[in-house]
Amino acid sequence: MSEKQDTDIKEKETVKAPALQAAVSPHLSNTSFTTRRMMIDVLIALVPVVGMAVYIFQWYAVKQLLICLVSCLAAEAIFIKMRGKAFTLTDCSAAITGIILGLSLPGPAPWYIGFIASFVAIGIGKVIYGGLGMNIFNPAMVGRAFVMIAFAGSMAASGYLDAQSTVDAITQATPLDLFKQAGTTTPLMALFVGTTNGSLGEISAIACLVGGLFLCLRRTASWEIPAGVLVAVAVLGGISDLVTPDSKWTVIHHIFGGALLFGAFYIATDPVTSPLAPIGKFIFGLGTGAIIMLLRIFSGYPEGVMFAVLFMNALTPLINHWTIPKPFGAVKEEAEA
Amino acid sequence: MILRGRWAANRIQQGNKMAEEPTPFERFVQGIVPENPVYRQLLGLCPVLAVTGDMKSAMTMAGAVLFVLFCANVIVSLIRNILKPHLRIVVFTLTIATFVTIVDRFLAAYMYNMSKALGPYIPLIIVNCIIICRCEVCGSKQNVFAAGADAIGQSLGFALALASIAAVREILGTGMFFGVRVLTENWPDWVIMALPPGAFFTFGLLLGAFNWVDSIRSKKDGTG
Repeated sequence: MSEKQDTDIKEKETVKAPALQAAVSPHLSNTSFTTRRMMIDVLIALVPVVGMAVYIFQWYAVKQLLICLVSCLAAEAIFIKMRGKAFTLTDCSAAITGIILGLSLPGPAPWYIGFIASFVAIGIGKVIYGGLGMNIFNPAMVGRAFVMIAFAGSMAASGYLDAQSTVDAITQATPLDLFKQAGTTTPLMALFVGTTNGSLGEISAIACLVGGLFLCLRRTASWEIPAGVLVAVAVLGGISDLVTPDSKWTVIHHIFGGALLFGAFYIATDPVTSPLAPIGKFIFGLGTGAIIMLLRIFSGYPEGVMFAVLFMNALTPLINHWTIPKPFGAVKEEAEA
Repeated sequence: MILRGRWAANRIQQGNKMAEEPTPFERFVQGIVPENPVYRQLLGLCPVLAVTGDMKSAMTMAGAVLFVLFCANVIVSLIRNILKPHLRIVVFTLTIATFVTIVDRFLAAYMYNMSKALGPYIPLIIVNCIIICRCEVCGSKQNVFAAGADAIGQSLGFALALASIAAVREILGTGMFFGVRVLTENWPDWVIMALPPGAFFTFGLLLGAFNWVDSIRSKKDGTG
């Protein structure tokens, strides 16, 4: 008898109620708006960024992107199989994670960095929470944070440099690091077009803008998030300009330099790990931008997009709690005395 | 009899049920895997996370816990009939603190560098819940032999858990095992494994693996 009860309870436990991650109402149904469509939109939006990366870094970019893409797909297949879930490679989410992860790594990084980062991203960043839609943190950034701390030598400023390289961009330090270490300012045009060194995807501001605007126009990414990031960076960068008027690194450099635009448009806009309500999204963007500026100006790291996004991911449930509007007619809960 | 108090009297009444309590051998075996203090009871996680960066410090910690747990359990078992129920936790803590102080001073005298490396984690054995749990569950209820066997079994289980985590962390983090290089020179050290996040990752994944193996085994038992 007790055994039967036990199995009953076990059965009940295994059939879990779906954790609903619905956006704030109205829920207009649109059958074409599927995960797969969104992911394909992101893939299309990534074309200019990937193109620029391959143009500047040549086979460095091709190698790094292929490693991350293949390892992410393999990791997804393996871990989903281990969990006994349905096959999910066709929704392209693992491919997106792989490409964004690859774009966030330095070109000269050794092969095992992309490989390990991919498995951490998919395994610890996503599948362990229950797969796509359940993860708390942006998977690509979890993978990158892991290798960043594990292999500090290959991922820090020196990891971007290879003086022997035949690719021009790789022989120079990244703009943010040049400024932090030597105080040298990179010309705005180089930052805008993207002829500098850096993580594969971050170099070209114009490519990120084009792809990012496409995402926002298609409503695949919410415009509130990049807008919030840009507002926060502009305000804090403006204040820093006023405080140190002699500095050659102006607010425009802050916006076009580093991974800011790439992070604002492609990484922070991940719908799973960002808030649901529009106002919440804007707050999320503001917070991300503010932390990026704090890290850039006051921390030892030249760049802070990754940590800013991870930090705000952790705050997302709280922002949701504050900003999801009360349904019409709902009674306001009395504050407990 | 009256002086021993109601709690002790209860214990004597329950003495008839002694047959149901685990024998010393069962206590010993249970501590190692079936009731592993770390993987099964999730006790004493502070040293599990803090001192498993390398095998040497992990094994020193395991040795210290073995000594403290064995002595404390035996002493508690010997005085179990004169324990007052409302004072027992205080008595446990004082007993444990005595032996922890001995270990702490011993390490400081003979293994100075290790004592430095382990820092506050040796004094913190006083509040290690494995020990107070074993004193409560076994030491204060069973005879000296059961208490001693229980202490050794639990300590071995604890050592096993520490060793499993420390081995993964030290090999991945530094390419070494007990300070001896086991991987090639150009092994890229996974620095994160030697840092606190590595402890959480390793412990979580090993705990998951432990539960996974266990679920497979219990499934087999259930159907077969």
